[in-house]
Amino acid sequence: MSVQPLLSMRGIDKSFGVAPALIGASLDVMPGEVMALIGQNGAGKSTMIKVLNGYCGKDGGDITFDGKPWAAASPQAAQRSGVSTIFQEINLIPFRSVTENIYLGREIRNAAGFLKWRSMHEGARALLAAFAVNIDVGAPLGHFSTAIQQMVAIARAVSFNAKLVIMDESTSSLDEQEVGVLFQTIRQLKAQGVSVIFVSHKLDELYKVCDRVTVMRDGRTVAVAEMTEMTKLQLVACMLGRDLADVRKQGATAFSTAAHAAGAEILVVDHLAVGRRVSDARLSIRKGEIVGLAGLLGSGRTETARAIFGADDHQAGSIRYDGRPVRFREPREAIAAGLGFCSEDRKHEGIVPGMSVRENLTLALLPALSRSGVVDETRQRQIVDRFIKDIGIKCASPEQPIRELSGGNQQKVLLARWLCMNPKLLIFDEPTRGIDVGAKAEIQKLIRRLADDGLGVLMISSEIEEIVEGADRTFVLRDGATVAEFDRSTASEHALMSVMAHGEGA
Amino acid sequence: MSVGVESPLAPAPGRGKLTGPGIGQGGARAATILRRFGSLIALAALILLNLALTPHFATMQTLSVNLTQICTIVIVGVGMTLVIATGGIDLSVGSLMAIAGALAPGFFTGALFHGTNLYVNIALSIIVPVGVAGLFGLFNGWLVSHFRIQPIIATLVLFIAGRGIAQVWTNGDLQVFKMPEFQAIALGHVLGVPFQVWIMLALVVVSAWILRRTVFGRQILAVGGNEPAARLAGVPVSRVKRLVYVASGLCSGIAGLIVIAMNSAADANLIGMGMELDAIAAVAVGGTLLSGGRATIVGTLIGAMIIQLVRYTLLANGVPDSAALIAKAVLIVFAVWLQRQERA
Amino acid sequence: MNRHLSGAGVGVVLALIALVVFGAWRYDGFVSPYNILTVLRYNSMFALVGLGMCFVIMTGGIDLSVGSVAAMSSVVSAYLSPYGLVAGLVGGVGVGLIAGSLSGFIITRMKLLPFIATLAVMLAASGTALLLANNQSVSVSYDTAFMTLGQGNLLAGFKPEWIDGEDAGWAGAALGLLFNFPTPAWMALVAYVIGSVLLNALPFGRHVLAIGGGEEASRLMGLPTDRTVFLAYLISGGLAGMAGVILAAQFGAGQPIEGIGWELFAIASVVVGGTLLTGGKGSIFATLAGVLLLGLIFTILNFENGVGWISLSAYWQSVVRGAFLLVVVILQSRLARRVPA
Repeated sequence: MSVQPLLSMRGIDKSFGVAPALIGASLDVMPGEVMALIGQNGAGKSTMIKVLNGYCGKDGGDITFDGKPWAAASPQAAQRSGVSTIFQEINLIPFRSVTENIYLGREIRNAAGFLKWRSMHEGARALLAAFAVNIDVGAPLGHFSTAIQQMVAIARAVSFNAKLVIMDESTSSLDEQEVGVLFQTIRQLKAQGVSVIFVSHKLDELYKVCDRVTVMRDGRTVAVAEMTEMTKLQLVACMLGRDLADVRKQGATAFSTAAHAAGAEILVVDHLAVGRRVSDARLSIRKGEIVGLAGLLGSGRTETARAIFGADDHQAGSIRYDGRPVRFREPREAIAAGLGFCSEDRKHEGIVPGMSVRENLTLALLPALSRSGVVDETRQRQIVDRFIKDIGIKCASPEQPIRELSGGNQQKVLLARWLCMNPKLLIFDEPTRGIDVGAKAEIQKLIRRLADDGLGVLMISSEIEEIVEGADRTFVLRDGATVAEFDRSTASEHALMSVMAHGEGA
Repeated sequence: MSVGVESPLAPAPGRGKLTGPGIGQGGARAATILRRFGSLIALAALILLNLALTPHFATMQTLSVNLTQICTIVIVGVGMTLVIATGGIDLSVGSLMAIAGALAPGFFTGALFHGTNLYVNIALSIIVPVGVAGLFGLFNGWLVSHFRIQPIIATLVLFIAGRGIAQVWTNGDLQVFKMPEFQAIALGHVLGVPFQVWIMLALVVVSAWILRRTVFGRQILAVGGNEPAARLAGVPVSRVKRLVYVASGLCSGIAGLIVIAMNSAADANLIGMGMELDAIAAVAVGGTLLSGGRATIVGTLIGAMIIQLVRYTLLANGVPDSAALIAKAVLIVFAVWLQRQERA
Repeated sequence: MNRHLSGAGVGVVLALIALVVFGAWRYDGFVSPYNILTVLRYNSMFALVGLGMCFVIMTGGIDLSVGSVAAMSSVVSAYLSPYGLVAGLVGGVGVGLIAGSLSGFIITRMKLLPFIATLAVMLAASGTALLLANNQSVSVSYDTAFMTLGQGNLLAGFKPEWIDGEDAGWAGAALGLLFNFPTPAWMALVAYVIGSVLLNALPFGRHVLAIGGGEEASRLMGLPTDRTVFLAYLISGGLAGMAGVILAAQFGAGQPIEGIGWELFAIASVVVGGTLLTGGKGSIFATLAGVLLLGLIFTILNFENGVGWISLSAYWQSVVRGAFLLVVVILQSRLARRVPA
């Protein structure tokens, strides 16, 4: 190639403690190129980015940026030298104004050193206007939607006159239209000669915006190719390190598509209204049935589920469970009635990180495991051992702190937390989010098996494939109201997406 | 054993990969052991040091003196440990001690209740003040759980107002009394050990057992470890929080009574002054995580012993009390810093 | 951006006004220049400590050491008072800065929780104070101008004769307030003005608030988090030191056991002033209002006893202060719940 790469990372080694995170990994980005960086969880993408932007040091290897050796001491130093990072979780300050969030750390000051508020407000307004965002820049950032916050983060990153912008899972909290705006921005950057490293789990997105793709696995760079040269299936195979034939056989998800017999209705929700997000949600679940709840981000899926489970109060509507009208005031009432809820936010609403697998698994079961308040540890151990074996939880021992487990295994523990309660109805909010492909398939199989055993399942998912292949029936929420119901014969990716986007009933 | 393990002897969780099975480089292991048994080793070292340095150290009297010194701190520290385990803190303990201490004499001086039976009076003088302190604890818990006020601020209310209430109640006057039957809770001896030490040990054992073996204990740690997750798993978060503050209030009440029994006098201005910080220091040195989720009650006992023994060692060797304060500061920083290394 | 006072900030100012109006209506001499100036003189120490606490709390931290740091500094400045005003002031503020930097070091370098770090510094400062003072109070030299730091009025020397005259009228009264304005109150006032500029017009203040609003995010944004946090504790220590100087000068002695509980009253003032204890949001002048509000409760109780209708012991002031704090935090929690952050 005649053109020198803008960024060249070669033979990068990095380990945390004794666990190697990167082993001779490499990454090249050309000027004005959008490079996709993909891999399973733990493949080393994040570490690669952190090494690049100076968040942590490297143990070995060479980095060249813009023709010179590169060693950023901190994300700030990296930013000054032309590498801006937008992190997965929006790292801004909700209490502070939009302007401050854009200018923090490089405030505009007058000769005397005082802040020039007016210039900063104007600058912030102009910067956001370039991304078609027109908001009151003096208001606290926390007043705006996640998508706006994301755009502010991007605007901040771009405004550093970056030569290279790293976007780590930037689209995970955006809806379709917002993703469109973001892609427009990326193309704009590209046109200006700015390079982008784009990390995403959503393979479809990559084809829309990326030029090339780098695939990582187990801390190594395993493939680099033109985006157009790799099919989705090839990408998946590459990430998993499996033969293409294997992947094809499995299908996209592990749900079998056979029809299933469903029993009596266990949950009927009608005209449910929750806060500002949900105005008229309606759904029903029968025993032995997986019901999908689809909708764009912000359509009120999670809010609906939380209201059913008693985690949030609802203002209107009825919930009938097992034939009786119910209104759970606290999750524990719902749990007592036989419900379970796996939150989408494993880290903040699922695991108790410092506690062991055993304690986490039996957290909900504790009252039933005790005699006059004292935990029966013998029974506790039996149950834990059984579930670890049954579901195939990979852990060193039941006493291992859960935070040391991989995302997939954590999710299995949380699943077991509910299964050991013998529930009648389980609610899964994004059960496979952030989980590597292998564990994902296991969890999907498990959910199917549970439904086949007569459990009612409500499954919220942003992955349309998961809904289409996994759900026996599907309700679609749009702006807080149920707008459509599909069964297996009518559900298709296209039909669902069109309803989610336009609200036309099918 | 797992999280919130009761004894500092037990493997504390969360040492990351270093303590993972099968990994045992000598240096790392030695460091781990040092951290794990740190507080106990420190205590043993202090005792050895004193055996070598301090004259008449290995006597019953020395033991008695030192244990008596830490009794009220440990008793309050037990409640404080439970509160801190949920991720909270209780600044009002000293004030609640003052309230309990100010109330009690009223029952045997006849100012509050004029019973003819001495033992009924004494029983009341114990039950009522401790109960009242418990109710104030409930108030703290109510502020924290119902209004979701940060614990440090919620308990600051009673820290400020509580002593005022005790002072207003007694009009700031010193209540002197002589009531051996009541004062036995502090001054009496059983098997040569002061009765208050027995009270302390009983509280330590019972609450260590509660924390370790009961549903309530596990729920305390779950709330401290991840509150939203605990709630979604059906843990009655509000009730758990209310109860730990009640426990802290009850412990403070008991400690308040011991203080006045020792002094033969109740002075609302002084009872429990600065106790909140002594108790927190003992909890921190003992190895309980101040951010919640991991707690050890036996550790609190050891922590209080270490702090006391350092002070005693210095005093017994002619160092002024004020310098001992500085040593205590260094000790706290060092102990908590060691814990931090362990988590990193 | 501090265009608006927060809801609670407005609340505290309104409450302060209401309390003053109540006092003026009920008690003779409540709004007399003498009483106003006495209140200001006495509360200027607390105002300084509250200001430092406000900065620390805005970073999401807490400083428990302010009371004993003030005590330590009062002892040091009393010892230095024979060498003059400047020596006493610099020495007192200097030990405060040392204590503050110690807290800052433990927090930013050793990564201990502010609560525990400043608890240790509190003990160390208290021990140092007792050690230096040999467990008793240390007399201040009356031969130098040091005393004026607590008891003097900065502009008294420039006061025209006629102001104290019988026929000076309203203008005289107003100017009298100016010329009789106590030196410690000037110190507090200047500190608050500088504090406000620091917070609102300089990057430092924005960084303080940003760190309180999200430390990890601030670090990723490349803010000098450690330096900013360190400076916040340094400021708090320095201001506590200055309060200690005033304490010594006002009462004529360095007091090694003063300052117990100051930290918690300072926290209470800051919270009453609407600053979020979790950091990220705060107002300098609402803190001043909070200090004055809690201080006035004491004055009101004194006046009430003077009126003699109901005799309330001085002990009621803690009860009333606690009740005040209670009302404020409950209102705050209600407000906080209505506006999701």
